[in-house]
Amino acid sequence: MTSAFLRQRSPMPGFGLTMGLTITMLSLIVLLPIGALLCKGASFGAGNIWEVVNRPRTWAALFLSFRLAAFAALFNLVFGVMLAWVLVRYRFPGRRILDAAVDLPFALPTAVAGIALTTLYAPNGVFGQVFAGLGWRIAYTQWGIFLALIFVGLPFVVRTVQPVLETMDHEVEEASATLGAGRWLTIRRIILPMLLPAALTGFALSLARAVGEYGSVIFIAGNIPLKTEIAPLLIVIQLEEFNYDAAAAIGIAMLAISFTLLLAINLLQIWSRRRIGDV
Amino acid sequence: MTVAALAPVTSERPAVRFTLIAVAVVGMALLVLAPLVVVFAEALAQGWTAALDSLSNKDAQSAIRLTLTVAAIAVPMNAIFGVAAAWAITKFDFHGKAILITLIDLPFSVSPVVAGLCIVLLFGANSSVGGWLVTQGYPVVFALPGIVLATLFITFPVVARELIPLMIEQGRTEEEAALTLGASGWHTFWTVTLPNIRWALLYGVLLCNARAMGEFGAIAVVSGRIRGQTATMPITIEMLYNEYLSVAAFTLAAVLALLALVTLALKTALELRHADQIAAIGHP
Repeated sequence: MTSAFLRQRSPMPGFGLTMGLTITMLSLIVLLPIGALLCKGASFGAGNIWEVVNRPRTWAALFLSFRLAAFAALFNLVFGVMLAWVLVRYRFPGRRILDAAVDLPFALPTAVAGIALTTLYAPNGVFGQVFAGLGWRIAYTQWGIFLALIFVGLPFVVRTVQPVLETMDHEVEEASATLGAGRWLTIRRIILPMLLPAALTGFALSLARAVGEYGSVIFIAGNIPLKTEIAPLLIVIQLEEFNYDAAAAIGIAMLAISFTLLLAINLLQIWSRRRIGDV
Repeated sequence: MTVAALAPVTSERPAVRFTLIAVAVVGMALLVLAPLVVVFAEALAQGWTAALDSLSNKDAQSAIRLTLTVAAIAVPMNAIFGVAAAWAITKFDFHGKAILITLIDLPFSVSPVVAGLCIVLLFGANSSVGGWLVTQGYPVVFALPGIVLATLFITFPVVARELIPLMIEQGRTEEEAALTLGASGWHTFWTVTLPNIRWALLYGVLLCNARAMGEFGAIAVVSGRIRGQTATMPITIEMLYNEYLSVAAFTLAAVLALLALVTLALKTALELRHADQIAAIGHP
């Protein structure tokens, strides 16, 4: 029965078993809980959801999360492409360590990153003191949130761009140079356009991660309503007050942002596959 | 002049190169390395004995035990799922494959807090399913099952994502040869496929373990943060930090940071020894 899904008969065994296991676990662990949120939203009603989202405090939190996540992802786009370039093209002592360090934000628990960044950038912290001397407060302001979101999103652009750079042919650069282009012109007109789909995918992944980030942000944010209160924190607050409907409404708004970004990532990948196919 | 003329056309001038390397190194030092150093510095701020004493505290012990329990349940389940999903996706052509991959990746794009919220709405005492389970004496939310479910949700794509690109690259020919020679499906899996994917699988399991032990947002929502009962290591770190017990908070944090470092060290070692296998893992 399961083989009805197959495009063609396969001599490989285990389709029923592995597919059955995959679908079962996907349904129980991921789809059923998300379905519960959507059901809650449906019974609460679109009008009520909008009423919750439209409250100044919710709106401020959603806008703050999205705006700072976008700024952090933009920073990571530029810094990440540069970092990938340095890691792939240059040979220097400590390159392996630098390469390994890129993955640290993935492996380090967010709460650990949160308390460490707060300790560093608090007004009495090692770096915070320096900035405080310049009259610039980082921790407990939006700058702190920006910093934490850069930290969690850092690996995405590097790790999507790196493989593309590694497989990129030197011949196109040589051709460009032979035809008289300067190095900067070659980078701008030849290399960066080739990296664009991968870089944008990394940007979208970094953005998706940063919009929903909670653990690393709440310590450094200060959490002042309307100013430094992120959307996930507002969900936690609503749950602590047993306002399940309001929590679900904000959750659905965030899920909508996630789905939109996921759709964008998939479209970008289709686009990049088509571009590579054209070359 | 002659030096410039001899410089390869496909590289930048040394000054530009040096600047880019310097910006990369300094940026990473400030952003990533400094937080790591501060974790250990703060943990040892009052010496080794104070740090080790804080770990023998009753709440810290219970947090470590809970986190190990959750990882011991969630990580093997995730590994089995990851292998099964990678097998189904890479060894067969079927309709809706792209949708399936997108759905598996979904938890990476969902906020951990929203993931926790979903589980609370499904299994909380107010819901029909959760209410029934509570009357049967099996509470899910604010108890171990909820924490395990949240961990499974958050780490869901990790192992599958490490295996799928590698298994696509390796193709099906070796398995097909084994099957043609009369090996059974299981025999083929154990003797052909598993040895081919073992390093990627090991890294996937380690990364999944680090993620499982370190998850915070989803656990904060589903656990109810009951000290000594449902407080995992990251939740306990938050409690201690908010109570200004800096040494205790950072010592527990240092244990998790060490775990992260071991994971990354192993990844780097595997990359050096098995570059061909890990190279397929292009994306995070």
